This record gives sequence, structure tokens and C-alpha cells, in this order.
Amino acid sequence: MLTIARSLYEKIIEHARKDHPDEACGVIAGPIGSDTPTRFIPMQNAERSPTFYRFDSREQLMVWREMDDNDEEPVVIYHSHTATQAYPSRTDISYASEPQAHYVLVSTRDESETEFRSYRIADGEVTEEPVSISQLSPGGRPPYPRNDPPPIRVPSKA
Amino acid sequence: MAIEVRIPTILRSYTGGAKAVEGSGTTLDELLNNLDAAHGGLRERLVDGEKLRRFVNVYLNDEDVRFLGGLETPVKDGDTVTVLPAVAGGAR
Repeated sequence: MLTIARSLYEKIIEHARKDHPDEACGVIAGPIGSDTPTRFIPMQNAERSPTFYRFDSREQLMVWREMDDNDEEPVVIYHSHTATQAYPSRTDISYASEPQAHYVLVSTRDESETEFRSYRIADGEVTEEPVSISQLSPGGRPPYPRNDPPPIRVPSKA
Repeated sequence: MAIEVRIPTILRSYTGGAKAVEGSGTTLDELLNNLDAAHGGLRERLVDGEKLRRFVNVYLNDEDVRFLGGLETPVKDGDTVTVLPAVAGGAR
């Protein structure tokens, strides 16, 4: 099961809507082993395409390094389908390379309703999983007071 | 000194779980051959025939080697090579 804070869930949908009709993509990082998505990182779709996405290779290196430095991993890898259902395509399955990640698919084909589904993809096999939207802020702390910026997290260097 | 090669999670089965390994060579091609001697099968996951696989990103220090010279990119002691599977997919 994917448990995700409502604020992050909304950010994914917002990103997908903003980039429509192109596919939007990104990552939510979280502490290694926590299975908890906490840090929202929208990525550029280097393909800028309605039917394909690929992380920009330089941006990916920067983001992956940053996660490494913060002892984080990609807990969620998301992208949108803009004219088809939120189900992994053959392409999605063949390129999936993070077996521990939750692959989130969002469909923006319907203007008023956004499909939001999550999958595990490992060794070419797709398993859909339930999504639980939590009211807590990312990482399970109580919500921050409105207008109050979240505390700055100082990355711990190994 | 040697060349450090950082290995992504999905390929760590080839390195006994190690996040980084060391190798030597004067080009990326030589380096990957050198690594393959100690970590059999690793090269094949990165190279298809004479070219880097399309959905694997290989970086020399901060630069994607596709923009440098692919397998012919010169490497030297003290460099860091990073391997990352491309994150890609899409409706079609």
C-alpha cells in the first residue's frame, strides 16, 4: 500500500494538470527504508511529449545525488498519461528500474476527474496496490500551521 | 588511485551489493571491460554491441557521456563514473 500525505497527492495532480497534454513526471523522495514519501521533486520531461516521458539526464543526476547525500531514495516515481488510463504501459514496465519504488500513474484524460493509481513494477511484473491518503503532513508530523513555512531540513552529510 | 564507479541499486547484484567499485582504463570502454573481469555480466547491462544502452545513463563526473564521446570518452584516475538507469516510460 502507498500511504501519501494529501498535500503531496495534490502536488502530483497539480503538476500533471499543468503539463497536460504533455506527460508530467517526477519523484517523491523519502528517508531510505521508511517507505514514506516526503520531498516532492517535479522533474522536466526531456521528451516534452504527450505519449512519452524521460527524466532529463543531468537533472536526474543532480536529484539522485542530492537524495544520496540526504540518505533518501525515490519512494514514489510518478508520471501522467494524458489520453489513456492510469495503468502502466508496456514501455512503463520495460523501463521500470526501481523495484522498491511506488510507481504512481495519474490520468488527466478526463478534465474534471483525475485517476490516481499506484503500482509496484519488478521483473516485468505489475502489481496494483491501494493508495491511502493521509491528512498528516509529509513524514507523519502534524500539519504545519497555515502561512508558516515548513522548517528547513539540514541534510546530514555522511 | 583508480576510477570510482557508482552502481545503482538495480545493478548491485553484480557487485556483491557494493554501491561503488573501482576500476581502471583510459577510455570508458576499457574501464567497463576492466570492471567486467571482476563483476561478470555488468558490462552487458550497460552496453549493447558497440554502444551504450539507450536507457542507461552513464556520467563522467557531472557530464552525461553521450555528450562527451560515448564509450570512447577518455577517463583517468580520480574520475568518478556514475551509472543510473534512465527513468522513462509513457503511454505508448
